[in-house]
Amino acid sequence: MQNPLIFLLAFSGGFSIMGIQLLGGRILAPYFGSSVHVWGSIITVFMLALSIGYLSGGRLSLNNPSLKRFGSIFILAGVTLLPLIYFTTDILDWVFINIEDSRYGSLAASTILFLIPTIILGMISPYSIRLLVTHQDESGQIAGLLYFVSTMGSALGTLLTSFYLVLWFEVNQILFSLCGLLVVLGALAWAYQHFFSEKSAEVLAHG
Amino acid sequence: MVNRIKRLCLTALTGIVVLTPTISSAEVIKEQRSMYRNIFVEDKQNIRCLKFSVKRKVSSQSCIDKDEPNRLVFDYTKFVFTGLLANPNPEKVLIIGLGGGTLSNSLQLLFPDIKIDNVEIDPAVVTVAKEYFDFKESENIQTFNQDGRIFIKRAALKKLQYDLIILDAFNGEYIPEHLLTREFLQETKSLLSDHGVVVANTFSSSLLFHHETATYHDVFGDFYTVSKSNNAGNRIILAGKQLPDEGTLLNRVKDWQAPLARLDVDIKYTASLIKRQTKQDDSYRVLTDQYSPANLLR
Repeated sequence: MQNPLIFLLAFSGGFSIMGIQLLGGRILAPYFGSSVHVWGSIITVFMLALSIGYLSGGRLSLNNPSLKRFGSIFILAGVTLLPLIYFTTDILDWVFINIEDSRYGSLAASTILFLIPTIILGMISPYSIRLLVTHQDESGQIAGLLYFVSTMGSALGTLLTSFYLVLWFEVNQILFSLCGLLVVLGALAWAYQHFFSEKSAEVLAHG
Repeated sequence: MVNRIKRLCLTALTGIVVLTPTISSAEVIKEQRSMYRNIFVEDKQNIRCLKFSVKRKVSSQSCIDKDEPNRLVFDYTKFVFTGLLANPNPEKVLIIGLGGGTLSNSLQLLFPDIKIDNVEIDPAVVTVAKEYFDFKESENIQTFNQDGRIFIKRAALKKLQYDLIILDAFNGEYIPEHLLTREFLQETKSLLSDHGVVVANTFSSSLLFHHETATYHDVFGDFYTVSKSNNAGNRIILAGKQLPDEGTLLNRVKDWQAPLARLDVDIKYTASLIKRQTKQDDSYRVLTDQYSPANLLR
């Protein structure tokens, strides 16, 4: 039961990353337009954040890996999305007033808004692999499966957000739902270890 | 050797171009790619048109009559001049979306001392407008290569005021969604002088029509529309902080008949198309920065 849960979480992580990225275009457009350089800024920041996230997620997995800690990554990711909902206007007003060039303005704004939550979301993949792999010879296969699942999540997050969610809901409603999803899943992982598999997690951690 | 082959190819190519029978008399005299779209200039007899092609669909953006350069060709550009019935003496004008620069040129013709800020996102459009459509710039007539929303936001910070704001940034293929939201219209409204008027070239068909009406009504209250009775083609929206009543608009028609005749605008007919838009039922959501799926609502 534990492995499907990890895959579900990784799937949702991938879903959230791309959902947030697409909404990023929406959030920046009123201040910086929707030209290709605005998308360039957003994608740059996401790629940069993910690369840092992969590195630090891998590093974190060296230190007593557990489902509880894995869950905390999700809860933290959800919490760091909150400024995106509550302070976006103030942040964007500030950037808009201080940076005239819309290229650097959109780059600065993307960095402030998206860097930290995306770094944390980037930690999910390497950490999942650490929790899933038990033998060295299956590590490649499990990494492949994990990337398959999380990237499928990203594909679905992109499609659903751009085709339907923006047609039905406001940007903040979608962000708030993603935030809630991440926190609930994180709590679920935490509770799973806490109530059901204290032992197996221990074995896993030292296996 | 290479040179000879090149020359041979060139001759062959020229041959093909010359020998191809012209099916219609339309001739593309300029083609330019920009980062936003493909731009064509096409001559058909005395009419020259600026065309954009997006996704293989070609749409005319702006046309002039080369024999009578002052004559306005498109109905919707003629409808824009109903704005002068609402505010007869604009001194400072903002135009979002340049096209061939026809509106800017026509306003200069009517008001030689007018100050116009043209905003066009695509530098290639500005180049083509100057070279092929005689778009005139001067100390008073300026052009800014910028996204319309960004220009308006910065103008609001600088507390600029305009007597007439023309929104003409939709090319019929793709709608810049951030230019059709409540917040954008509020920012635009904040740039209006006391009797300032917003004239927007918008859509008259599709589902979007109702969302657009709801959004304009939310910001401006009642406004006027100008469109043909069969609702074909474009719909012009006249909105402002305090619009004169219909009687005042119609009273001003006689003052404008002669000057606008130079542009081939029959203002008496055009004024007869003006309708007041009151609040419609609430079943259509107002478009906002939070909810702006304009391209999905068409």
